[in-house]
Amino acid sequence: MAENKGILVYGELTNGQLATITTELLGCGRKLADNLNEELSCLLASDMIGEASKEAIAFGADKVYTIEEPSLKQYQASSYIQIVEKLVKDISPRAILFGQTAIGRDLAPHLAFRLGVSLATDCLGLSIDPDTKLLLQTRSVYGGNAQATFVSKLVPHIATVRPKAMPPLEHDDSRKGEVIPTKIEIDMSQVKAKVVETVKEEISGIKLEDAPAIVTGGRGIGGAEPFNTTLKELADALHGAVGATRPPADNGWVPEAIHIGLTGKIVAPDIYIAVALSGASQHIAGCSGAKHIVAINKDPEANIFKEAEFGVVGKYEEVVPALTKKLKEILAS
Amino acid sequence: MSGINMIVCCKQVPDPEAPPSLFKVDTAANKMVTASDVKPVISQYDEFALEAALRIKDKMGGKITVLSLGNKLVRDVIKKSLAVGGDELILLEDEAFEESDSWSTAYALAAAIKKIGEYDLIFCGRQSSDWDAGQVGIGIAEILGIPAVTLARKVEVADGKTNIERVIPDGYEILEIAPPVVITVTSELGTLRYPALKGIMAAGKKQPIVYKPADIGLEPGQVGAAGRHTEISKLFQPVKEAKCEIIEGETPEEAGVNLATRLREAKLL
Ligand SMILES: Cc1cc2nc3c(=O)[nH]c(=O)nc-3n(C[C@H](O)[C@H](O)[C@H](O)COP(=O)(O)OP(=O)(O)OC[C@H]3O[C@@H](n4cnc5c(N)ncnc54)[C@H](O)[C@@H]3O)c2cc1C
Ligand SMILES: Nc1ncnc2c1ncn2[C@@H]1O[C@H](COP(=O)(O)O)[C@@H](O)[C@H]1O
Repeated sequence: MAENKGILVYGELTNGQLATITTELLGCGRKLADNLNEELSCLLASDMIGEASKEAIAFGADKVYTIEEPSLKQYQASSYIQIVEKLVKDISPRAILFGQTAIGRDLAPHLAFRLGVSLATDCLGLSIDPDTKLLLQTRSVYGGNAQATFVSKLVPHIATVRPKAMPPLEHDDSRKGEVIPTKIEIDMSQVKAKVVETVKEEISGIKLEDAPAIVTGGRGIGGAEPFNTTLKELADALHGAVGATRPPADNGWVPEAIHIGLTGKIVAPDIYIAVALSGASQHIAGCSGAKHIVAINKDPEANIFKEAEFGVVGKYEEVVPALTKKLKEILAS
Repeated sequence: MSGINMIVCCKQVPDPEAPPSLFKVDTAANKMVTASDVKPVISQYDEFALEAALRIKDKMGGKITVLSLGNKLVRDVIKKSLAVGGDELILLEDEAFEESDSWSTAYALAAAIKKIGEYDLIFCGRQSSDWDAGQVGIGIAEILGIPAVTLARKVEVADGKTNIERVIPDGYEILEIAPPVVITVTSELGTLRYPALKGIMAAGKKQPIVYKPADIGLEPGQVGAAGRHTEISKLFQPVKEAKCEIIEGETPEEAGVNLATRLREAKLL
């Protein structure tokens, strides 16, 4: 086999656009590739790719492999893995980067085990060891209570990267790159699962990942109602969105899509108001990128006060409505 | 399909919800050290996985074999899987299994599953509560050459098919798949039932089966630390400068008002 060279980013699309996480991966991949003096490639596989391949170049890719296939409309591990495996065998990259997304979390382990190499999931930092040229992969472990840097001698190195952990490059239309339309046959006999139905749960209002302010409720909220009233009113006053810890989602008080943390969404708003949640490390993993954390909790010993910049000790039922009212006054004046 | 054979992979971990201050790093040895008051438990998502299997057994019958890999596993902790309704407990327990990574864990678990021989559904947690990797379930599937369905929030068996509700970013999809399949389970499935007294008594009498590497056809060099594909070059705890300003008030309402004022002063609004 040829010597492994270059960085390959597994690109994703959201609503036909290059996904934000992919721009972040390209930013990181560009640095790694420059450091090695090698190429940065991006794989885009979807039913419709459109302008996204040009966008990938504007965000730093030297080469974009596009695979456009009607059967790629909906993600399925067993069809998508065939594409990634084939391309990786054809171009022999040194490292492959996925997003720690619904797709990346699923696809990357399949690829790593199929190739018999290793994978570091949910990485916060990636760099090249100057002596060995191996990829140093730093990720959080023990629910965020520590971090570890992993290294493997096996190539290709595979990593998934946490959203919002790395900045994208400036979008630059003058960057040059090559789009390479690629055909890869998918063997449908390998696709064992049949999708019977897809159920979408609509979330109205501003998207959590883009919200400048987030009001997050925990188990202490006690039920579904206050998420739509007390917390929603505070979020509205700040032009923000409502989030939740895992228990409210597990209990069905809120949709799973607003669950924040290690196993939920990763957010980084300007202001994060944590209400009636204890501040478990697995939750903090999802919001530690917030510029300012404010905590409201009735227990002065709650761990969230170790994470927050400002806090009020008290029952949220009493504190939050007063806070919202005063905020509205301030913001109106 | 009657007599469904189910395997559930359960890992023993230090309680992930213990206060963060009880988790320390031994930087010289690159190892995690947990204070003695951090109790060992079955990894959270593995309990959800066990619950998924138990619900199928409730409806359809079948056999649940629980597999756990490690060393010096605490019997009272891991036997909870029998007390709630697991039928058999197999431990891959040996010094040689210590310090496994995702690769050597999946490799040994897959070898044990091959030895068990008969399996329809293999359940894993979506990720373990200590290293948070989220790899082993898919790894087992790849090694056995069978499909994997991740992030299951509901699993049912009917007419020889498995119906799985799988969480996707804005909802869920319903998949139909024929066994054998590896299923990784997420928290929405629901928490593990409490063991009944009868179950606890019965579990007390059962002894787990213990396999050493050779029992599953592996050399010591293929398992644990020796079988790893990754090395840890550094383990550390980022320092946090904690300084929360507590906003007071005569009443909780007043504290709320004062918080609003303070946030404006601090130019957060
Ligand atoms: C591998 C793994 C992954 C995980 N991933 C996530 C994740 O992604 N996201 C996540 O959130 N969790 C996650 N968890 C779970 C996590 O460990 C905690 O169990 C969870 O975050 C606790 O949620 P909570 O703070 O809402 O509830 P609790 O810990 O029960 O805290 C409730 C808080 O509310 C306060 N309270 C109660 N009533 C009131 C009131 N009236 N007014 C004010 N305060 C009140 C209490 O003092 C308490 O501090 C994960 C766990 C594991 C093991
Ligand atoms: N040592 C182990 N013993 C039994 N099952 C394990 C072990 N390690 C991992 N697993 C299973 O694999 C899942 C994913 O683990 P991980 O890839 O480590 O996050 C866990 O939720 C368990 O179901």
